[in-house]
Amino acid sequence: MIYLDNAATTKLEDCAFEAMLPFLKDEYGNASAVYEIARRSKKAVFNARKQCGKLIGASPSEIFFTSGGTESDNWALIGAYDSYRRKAGADGDANSNLLSAGCGHIITTAIEHHAIIRTAEYLKSCGVSVTFLKPDSEGFISPEQVVSALREDTFLVSVMTANNEIGTIEPVCEIADAVHALRKDILVHTDSVQAFGQIHMDGFAGHVDLLSASAHKLGGPKGCGLLFIRDGLKVAPFIRGGMQESGRRAGTENIPGIVGFGAASEKACLVLDEKIKKEVMLRDELLSRILNMDGVIINGPYEEKGCSKRLPGNISVCVTDIEGESALIMLDREEICASSGSACASGAREPSHVLKAIGRSDDESKGSLRFTISEHNTSDEIKRAAEVIADVVCRLRSGRKHL
Amino acid sequence: MKKTVVVGMSGGVDSSVCAYLLKEQSYDVIGVTMQIWRPENTCDVSDNGGCCGLSAVDDARRVAEVIGIPYYVMDFRGEFQKYVIDNFTSQYVKGRTPNPCIECNRHVKWEALLKKSRDIGADYLATGHYARISQLENGRYTISASRTSAKDQTYALYALTQDQLSHTLLPIGEYEKPDVRRIAEEAGLPVAHKKDSQEICFVSDGDYASFIEKEDGIVVPGPGDFVTPDGTFIAKHKGITHYTVGQRRGLGVAAGERIYVTDIDPGTDRITLGSDEDLLTSVVRAEDVCWMGLEGIRPGEKVRVRAKIRYNHGGEMGVLESDGDGCVKVTFDKNVRAAAPGQALVFYDESGTYIYGGGTII
Repeated sequence: MIYLDNAATTKLEDCAFEAMLPFLKDEYGNASAVYEIARRSKKAVFNARKQCGKLIGASPSEIFFTSGGTESDNWALIGAYDSYRRKAGADGDANSNLLSAGCGHIITTAIEHHAIIRTAEYLKSCGVSVTFLKPDSEGFISPEQVVSALREDTFLVSVMTANNEIGTIEPVCEIADAVHALRKDILVHTDSVQAFGQIHMDGFAGHVDLLSASAHKLGGPKGCGLLFIRDGLKVAPFIRGGMQESGRRAGTENIPGIVGFGAASEKACLVLDEKIKKEVMLRDELLSRILNMDGVIINGPYEEKGCSKRLPGNISVCVTDIEGESALIMLDREEICASSGSACASGAREPSHVLKAIGRSDDESKGSLRFTISEHNTSDEIKRAAEVIADVVCRLRSGRKHL
Repeated sequence: MKKTVVVGMSGGVDSSVCAYLLKEQSYDVIGVTMQIWRPENTCDVSDNGGCCGLSAVDDARRVAEVIGIPYYVMDFRGEFQKYVIDNFTSQYVKGRTPNPCIECNRHVKWEALLKKSRDIGADYLATGHYARISQLENGRYTISASRTSAKDQTYALYALTQDQLSHTLLPIGEYEKPDVRRIAEEAGLPVAHKKDSQEICFVSDGDYASFIEKEDGIVVPGPGDFVTPDGTFIAKHKGITHYTVGQRRGLGVAAGERIYVTDIDPGTDRITLGSDEDLLTSVVRAEDVCWMGLEGIRPGEKVRVRAKIRYNHGGEMGVLESDGDGCVKVTFDKNVRAAAPGQALVFYDESGTYIYGGGTII
């Protein structure tokens, strides 16, 4: 099997697996309890907080573990909304109340993951105004765009760090700075699920207020994520019922998951330069072979040498005259794992809102393919994959002529 | 070399056993469920136990795991909307009674799905229909009755082309329903006791009229008149989409004798109510004719046939003739009852074994 779908999920890193093992069996203490075995669990969680925080320059007290990126995104948006409503109510004079304060305004983008888009739509149904910024043809959102969308009642800006489908890396720190230069009270959130541990994000904690990440996208286990909340920031809890995570995220900690997340983050921190270098090399090799075929359009930013504004392992293309759905099945039969747009719960393909937003027609989107490479892929795998991809595309195109 | 076959899996027992049998026969089997539902009515379709909802995907996937075959969900929402739902609503609005299964078989399963199957390298498409495929002495492929008369699903397959038939496998036609359930049980398929789907899969409660009203871009006909066969006004009705030829219940008209819808006129929105006798006819005409076992019919040629005018019709003997303009007519030996425009007229050989062809009743 050749696994080229690392944006969907990644293989558990050995270091993460080994770090988790004791906590799956013998180290079962509930971190909230007072005795020794519980203290060891608590210490392990604290250690993981440090390890994860280091990737974005955050202090351990700013890291809150969740069940995954989706929960973190939901918490960031809904928590920010709750806090805004409370503040709007409290700040108002005697005549003001929640209603006259309005429901506020948030700014996000048309190419966010559904964890953001659906939550933003939910807030819309609660009365919040939502602006979905449209990216340029390579998927970029500019700080100027965000600033010009600001309103008096804007309380949150959420722009993803890197796009899961087309790999575009957004200028999130610049956006945060531009917003904060005008309005310190507006929260800036970024969904970093695809970027965390994949690109350098050392200074992010100094720019954004909220940041979501997920363990299983960087070699950690599934079922664990985090929300970074800048120190001193009030964000209402999303899950209630216990004092875990400083009272901000209730529920007994997923200690093995958190420990695995920490270990994977630590490794990512150590090997990031090397990892990026290797992924870029493999990515460019596969991309150049794919571009040898006729009728291939690249989605997302592309420069001849080194796509510094694209996730290192990401290739997203639209291949004309084929259906991505059929191509994926044929690739699967050759034991090559790839994707077309985002995976969805039923396993069926949804037309991609991201490709639509960067101007691809429905017909072009039908032929979209995404390959996401990790540093564990080899040059031989890339060569083999390139041959199979070319063969599959050729077979699909010739079949079309016969029928 | 092993032949590859895509099995259209609905999550029901028949298509599950179909996949199992073909795997046993050493085919390289790929299971596929067609995604035909739209997100907003996901619940409707799956609650109905209908064939292609999300729960159907779960069932089909589990069956594929047990059998040990690759399984995929393919997106056919666009095709289903265009060929099945849009056609269904536009026919109803015209006062006709369409059979969406025929359109689904013709355009979605045997056009779109077969094409995709061949795209991915399959030689055949297989489904769990109770029907068989035979090649006649004249060289033509045709759909013939399954081994059991208790289950006959040939009617909705009349529109398949020769090319489609030559790339189709229907292994379930060799079995009877109890056999199929037994095979499923013995093979440990988790759907062995799942109940058969009924009704039209995309209308959850049998309420076609309100389904049609919810469709975009449809101008639903308003109330009109119920009239007697000689045109005398009886009462107002709710609109022609609420009625179908042969309907007796739910007319909201009190009458001494049993009365039925005998005619729907979309031009004037008039619905004629009459007696059971008024529903009887000896001649049924059809357009948009598809030929299967017969290559066609010459002007003036007469062919003895057994013909059916609806899915669960047993069939009556009659004579098939050309009726000009690509249309045909069947003159039945005995009157048939409630031939509804929009339903299919399917004609078989005299024994009723295999399909000569069929068309849409006008």
